[in-house]
Amino acid sequence: MQNTSPLNTASMSVSENETLIELKNINKWFGGFHALKDISLTVNKGERIVLCGPSGSGKSTLIRCINHLEAIKDGTITVAGKEMANDAKSIDSIRREVGMVFQSFNLFPHLKIIDNCSLALRRVKGMQRDEAEVIARKYLDRVHILEQADKYPAQLSGGQQQRVAIARALCMEPKVMLFDEPTSALDPEMVKEVLDTMIGLAQDGMTMICVTHEMGFARKVANRVLFMADGQVLEEAAPDEFFSAPKHERAKAFLGEILAHN
Amino acid sequence: MNQLDFGIVIERWDELLHGVALTLALSTAGIVCSLIIGVIGVAMHRTKNPLLQAPVIAFVELIRNTPFLIQLFFLFFALPLLGVRLNPTITAIIALAINGGAYSIEIIRGGVESIPRGQIEAGAALGLSSTQIFRDIVLIPALRAIYPALSSQFILLTLTSSVCSSISASELTHFAQRIESETFRSFEVYFTITGLYLLISWLIMTALSSIGRRHFSYPN
Repeated sequence: MQNTSPLNTASMSVSENETLIELKNINKWFGGFHALKDISLTVNKGERIVLCGPSGSGKSTLIRCINHLEAIKDGTITVAGKEMANDAKSIDSIRREVGMVFQSFNLFPHLKIIDNCSLALRRVKGMQRDEAEVIARKYLDRVHILEQADKYPAQLSGGQQQRVAIARALCMEPKVMLFDEPTSALDPEMVKEVLDTMIGLAQDGMTMICVTHEMGFARKVANRVLFMADGQVLEEAAPDEFFSAPKHERAKAFLGEILAHN
Repeated sequence: MNQLDFGIVIERWDELLHGVALTLALSTAGIVCSLIIGVIGVAMHRTKNPLLQAPVIAFVELIRNTPFLIQLFFLFFALPLLGVRLNPTITAIIALAINGGAYSIEIIRGGVESIPRGQIEAGAALGLSSTQIFRDIVLIPALRAIYPALSSQFILLTLTSSVCSSISASELTHFAQRIESETFRSFEVYFTITGLYLLISWLIMTALSSIGRRHFSYPN
């Protein structure tokens, strides 16, 4: 059974003074739709942040701006001391620091699991195949899926695919991991294996920003929960505080909706 | 009415087989070159840079809206005016490559557009450049998606190669015309090469399927 008590915080300490990500006054538009409204957010090294909120609130858009999968209209994004400019070189240097896991896994269907993981090591870091495979195997082992290394993505279950996607991102040794609803596309019986993998990462001190509605996960690993609606962060609190006593009306309504059936 | 006499076909069998081999070579060269043109054209089109896109669009429109025979004559008669002298077979390969390339661009572009955005985003998030994303992530699944359509385009290219007889390129139809004009056995000769073209199509189709099985048969 999944243990929902808070993790041992001693092993998950946050460096209070080392800022890893700094978003300042981010504005994002999709045509005439104002998707992110003047958002600022600072994430310290080792922090684990859960973003939640109703559909269309801008949570996915927000994390997708951090590695420039979405371009912002104005504001500044700084990751690991590098400020993002609108050129390929600057974007690539930030993407090297940021790993991302998607809702729909997005493994490359024509590549074996081991090649899914070693591709970027070879292409981006210029490693030889055998050198890259050593690293790929290390992270596949870490997500407990090494025995599937020579299979193709379609031969794995959803949960296994998502764990491979996590390993693939970890291979690049990012400073921060972004999770965009990593369990939303999974069958219920596969959610746990993915959450356990993410909890393991948190225990190892990985800085994480997760868009998720897994409230058990949020309670267990998050330092902060950010509630978003209409492109704004309406509430920011420690998980216990947020879940037991949400302050904002929208947050109360949202929690009422998602907890109604739990 | 003459009596049918296939003796003439048997007598000049070696010449016809030579024609089959040359048509296979001509078609294979045309197929390989059109695939290369197709992939490069799609890569240029994908850049969203108007300087690279516009020539691709113009090329595809020009080639797909003019007859192959005219393209062939244009190359055969126009290139020498520019001081480029090529033998008819090389000219035929170029014409087939250009014509097949234009159709390949359209087909492959459809395959590339069928690739889910998430695949490209996953590559981008890992730090791959757009060229690497195209080559390592998009291309194989895109070709897989349109492989049957591309295969039939290549069969069409193979059959179209018979038109190259009109500039005396060395291939099966040209050889058949020569035998026919020397023997006046039109029906026997064309009946036979109909069968030989069937054989050629079958060989190309078999080769294409085996390439498909080898490179595009990952589980999906």
